[in-house]
Amino acid sequence: MTLLELDNIVVEFPTRRGPLEAVKGLSLELDEGQILGLVGESGAGKSITGAAITGLIEPPGLIRSGQVRLRGQRIDNLAPEKMRRIRGKEIGAIFQDPLTSLNPVYTVGEQLIDTMRVHLGLDHKAARKRAIDWLAEVGIPAPEARLDQYPHQFSGGMRQRVVIALALCAEPKLIIADEPTTALDVSVQAQILALLKRLCRENGTAVVLVTHDMGVIAETADRVAVMYAGRLVEIGDVAQVIQDPLHPYTKGLMNSIPQIGNRDARLTQIEGAMPGLRNPAPGCAFAPRCPQAMDTCRTLRPIPVDAGSGQVACHLFGEAQ
Amino acid sequence: MFAFLLRRIVQAALVMLVVASIAFLMFRFLGDPISNLLPEDATVEERADLREKMGLNDPFVVQYGRFIANAAQGDFGQSYRNNRPVSDLLAERFPATAELVLVAASLALALGIPLGIYTALNPRGWISQGLQVVSLLGISVPTFVTGILLILLFSVTLGWLPSFGRGGVVDLGGWTTGFLTLSGLKALILPSIMLALFQMTLIMRLVRAEMLEVLRADYIKFARARGMPNRMLHFKYALKNTLIPVMTIFGLQLGGLIAFAIITETVFQWPGMGFLFIQAVNFSDVPVMAAYLVLVSFLFVVINTIVDLLYHVVDPRLRVEKSTARGV
Repeated sequence: MTLLELDNIVVEFPTRRGPLEAVKGLSLELDEGQILGLVGESGAGKSITGAAITGLIEPPGLIRSGQVRLRGQRIDNLAPEKMRRIRGKEIGAIFQDPLTSLNPVYTVGEQLIDTMRVHLGLDHKAARKRAIDWLAEVGIPAPEARLDQYPHQFSGGMRQRVVIALALCAEPKLIIADEPTTALDVSVQAQILALLKRLCRENGTAVVLVTHDMGVIAETADRVAVMYAGRLVEIGDVAQVIQDPLHPYTKGLMNSIPQIGNRDARLTQIEGAMPGLRNPAPGCAFAPRCPQAMDTCRTLRPIPVDAGSGQVACHLFGEAQ
Repeated sequence: MFAFLLRRIVQAALVMLVVASIAFLMFRFLGDPISNLLPEDATVEERADLREKMGLNDPFVVQYGRFIANAAQGDFGQSYRNNRPVSDLLAERFPATAELVLVAASLALALGIPLGIYTALNPRGWISQGLQVVSLLGISVPTFVTGILLILLFSVTLGWLPSFGRGGVVDLGGWTTGFLTLSGLKALILPSIMLALFQMTLIMRLVRAEMLEVLRADYIKFARARGMPNRMLHFKYALKNTLIPVMTIFGLQLGGLIAFAIITETVFQWPGMGFLFIQAVNFSDVPVMAAYLVLVSFLFVVINTIVDLLYHVVDPRLRVEKSTARGV
């Protein structure tokens, strides 16, 4: 069952020197209960894509064209109040930094209870009981005592567990997790990811996991979408994309992951930098850095074609050659 | 908590000791009180006699010790000008200043906070922009100018409100209040507006800046992403965080209000402590000046100590943690 569809969305930021397109026509689909990794380097448009789904693009940014559909219903053009009801209830969000995601002057219990009362219409007592259950569920010891504590009394990993509880407590069908473990200790990262994965599997919650960490994707995701300069370059099942990447950019990404036991080999990197958003070149945005670039790459933009377990946007594939 | 309280009280006592020392030094450097107290044709014997009687011939340390000991009991000696105990004079004048400052502070908070919130929530609206401009005026125009303009408009031109004095007052067991008579209330309006204006604009701008900052914070974004209604987001989640720093500044400003009252009281001939102080300065009435200095400092210290304590009540991060089990 398709849960979320992005249909050719364009996200634009008006500036004094004309609009900047941060996302330039992105389409993807996500099934219920599926975990989709959204990867790419900084500035590729992954976080903006996440914000576009939750309707939280910072003004003056806006979705210029395209549609976001949740269970077939358009949500990108809803009135603010209607969209607010969807946020938290249908689509949850987890942000990067657990240290700043919690309100410092309210107890974690109060924040959980407020969220559940807003969306589930529970009375205070019932909400409190469920808040305790949620803290236990995300692995916080002595949840009844911890409920009445303030965020500063929790460690970073514990706070991210609270954040996960907050994001899940109104039982959304979709979670947008924007770099949920980047700010955490490496040892804690794996625990948090495992927790997120387990809870989403149990509740049938789908996840869009925004990250630049291929390791995180490999561990957690079912499918991977690779973004470059505001466009999707490749999407497919996680095993195929990681083992056998099709797009030269994905190959470059995979090669730049350091291998354990390969001490003296020089770490490969993709030469050059992602092009700026201003004055985009006519062809493939990756062409200037691509080792396999051909003449057509510089003049003609590749369109996504079915390949491997998903799609790829590259002239090396499909009928363009 | 108790240790904290004790530490604050010791600190406050030290501050007061320093202030009292400065006040004492005024006696040494602001001329000879004898020439003010006796008629010009007093004999040398009369002068020496009074000098002896006032203890001015005692060694410095003895005089200092006596001053501190008396001051600690609220005894600042006799006023040179009207030969009455300074503490009586101040006690008489204190209610006028206290009521003025109370009304001005309430006015500043009651208008400053809502206006600050409004301008933060509607930063682009023309009302907000207008308020910003007006508040800039409020901050930069000296208070005595606004006071005189208020008198010109409401007392001279329109004739609605009195331009000086406290109006009718009612004596409630030593505390004279202007709250209970119509003329007393009318007399309070202009001086309290003048005194409140600067504080109000300051609070408004402070609340606005803090709130804009807080609304950009991650925890507000996360709360918005959880679909919390705007009302809850603004007035619960953001407001409490906004008001914590505002509280500190306001505590400092409250002391400032008492001190600034000097100017307001002079402009409106308001019979408060500040007016008494100005008169004392004109007559080199050192005991009154010293007592005023000590009293205002005392109020400052008390207010700041209370604000510090409140801070601990409002901000959970400062509360003493009994047993925090930390763990991953």
